[in-house]
Amino acid sequence: MESAPILKLEHLGVTFPNHPVFDDLNLTIRQGEMWSIIGKNGVGKTTLMRTILHQLHPTHGKISYLPSQGDVKIGYVPQFRNIDADYPLTIKDFVGLNLTGWKLPWLSAKERAKVQKILDQTGLKQLAKRPIGQASGGEKQKAYLAQALVEAPNLLILDESTASLDPVTKTELLDLVTELNQRLKLTVLFVTHDIPMAQKYTQHYLMMTPGKVEQGPIANLTTEKVWEGENV
Amino acid sequence: MFSYEFMRNAFAAGTIIAIICGIMGVFVIARNMSFLTHTLSEIGFSGAAFGVFAGWAPLNGMLLFTVVSSVIVGQLSARSERREAATSAISALFIGLGILFLSLANKNASYATSILFGSVIGISAGDVQQMLWLSLLVLVVVFVIYRFLKFDSFDHTGARVKGLWTNALSITFLVLLALSVSVAAQIVGSLLIFILLTLPAATAKYFAHTVGGMMVLAITLALVGVWSGLVLSYATNFPVSFFIAAIEAIFYFIALGWQRLQTAE
Repeated sequence: MESAPILKLEHLGVTFPNHPVFDDLNLTIRQGEMWSIIGKNGVGKTTLMRTILHQLHPTHGKISYLPSQGDVKIGYVPQFRNIDADYPLTIKDFVGLNLTGWKLPWLSAKERAKVQKILDQTGLKQLAKRPIGQASGGEKQKAYLAQALVEAPNLLILDESTASLDPVTKTELLDLVTELNQRLKLTVLFVTHDIPMAQKYTQHYLMMTPGKVEQGPIANLTTEKVWEGENV
Repeated sequence: MFSYEFMRNAFAAGTIIAIICGIMGVFVIARNMSFLTHTLSEIGFSGAAFGVFAGWAPLNGMLLFTVVSSVIVGQLSARSERREAATSAISALFIGLGILFLSLANKNASYATSILFGSVIGISAGDVQQMLWLSLLVLVVVFVIYRFLKFDSFDHTGARVKGLWTNALSITFLVLLALSVSVAAQIVGSLLIFILLTLPAATAKYFAHTVGGMMVLAITLALVGVWSGLVLSYATNFPVSFFIAAIEAIFYFIALGWQRLQTAE
């Protein structure tokens, strides 16, 4: 049985001055699904993600968030981060930054427990006290993931966040995301240029090309199809 | 030393300044705003000169100029790559204006020196009270927006993608910084104010393990610098700002050396 939709895009379009980024995009994403969003640089993948994140208003069309319970919460792991290597910010503190609101400066016991739980789930327990600036590339990506997950999102967006990782670390991170996807029914949008990883880890794809958007089960995404259109 | 009222006032004012600078300095360093802080201190000089010209207390002129210009700087340079050039242009304009206002006010060079380099003997009990209220205002606002400010300062990308109102936060922070600059300029002078707003926090960065720890250490270093500076200035009759600058710079160089040793190991 198909799970309930969590996000629905209907006839969605974004136009920058004199430049339509994408047009008439229709997409239904169901709870617990893992999608790859692929396409060449500049084709509008990040614009689409920013629209889903409410940071850009669509020029036309509609986005509906349909979480089965409560509000929709989106965790976003961006491609680039600028963290000074000398900042006195431990991985634990870094993860806790995402717990915002008009609250006291320090974290409550409940919030500290939340941070601890997510550190356990992402395998960062032993590294909690390591300064984020001194962590390795893979550890940093895990910390970015943990920060995005600390508020228990229903939808996680990985925006080319594995692009700079070596193959082993990349696999480790995506294994972790898959495990969380299965255990927590977390819905994942994986923006990537890495077709083999998309084929290995996700069940659906959305391929963006100028003026056209194609989607379907990942089995239909053949290497020929990608290279024919020079789409990554 | 404490039998003199002006020394008691100077110690009270110095303590308030060290606390404010220690806390705000942590965000100045995290937000990479040392140069902008330097500019705000020059704008403070111009504001004080305007205050003298208009017949106001120099602090009120400083408050007016630094607060208004911090909002303008924030608007002009919301994008960090434009910040340095915009800051330089504003800095040049305000130093020029400061010189013009001083000349129009017909005050002598020693008055300009006291605005630029600070003065211990000029602090009255009323000044201390005004500084206390302004500092409390800064502290309360920082307390209320602390989580947002910490997120935006230490992980700007994360705060932006979370949808925090980062531009409004940036302008709020600049206004708080403007208030802190005006308060602190009373003792160390507008030319050297950035020392207390940058060096203690920049030093603390190398020793602390948490943001809270960095704040406590920055406040401690600022307090040591200000108190020792006041004692040494009283004993030698040399300018207090010289001692504060020298002490904080020594702390910073020690921290850099320590950091190098750590990296070499």
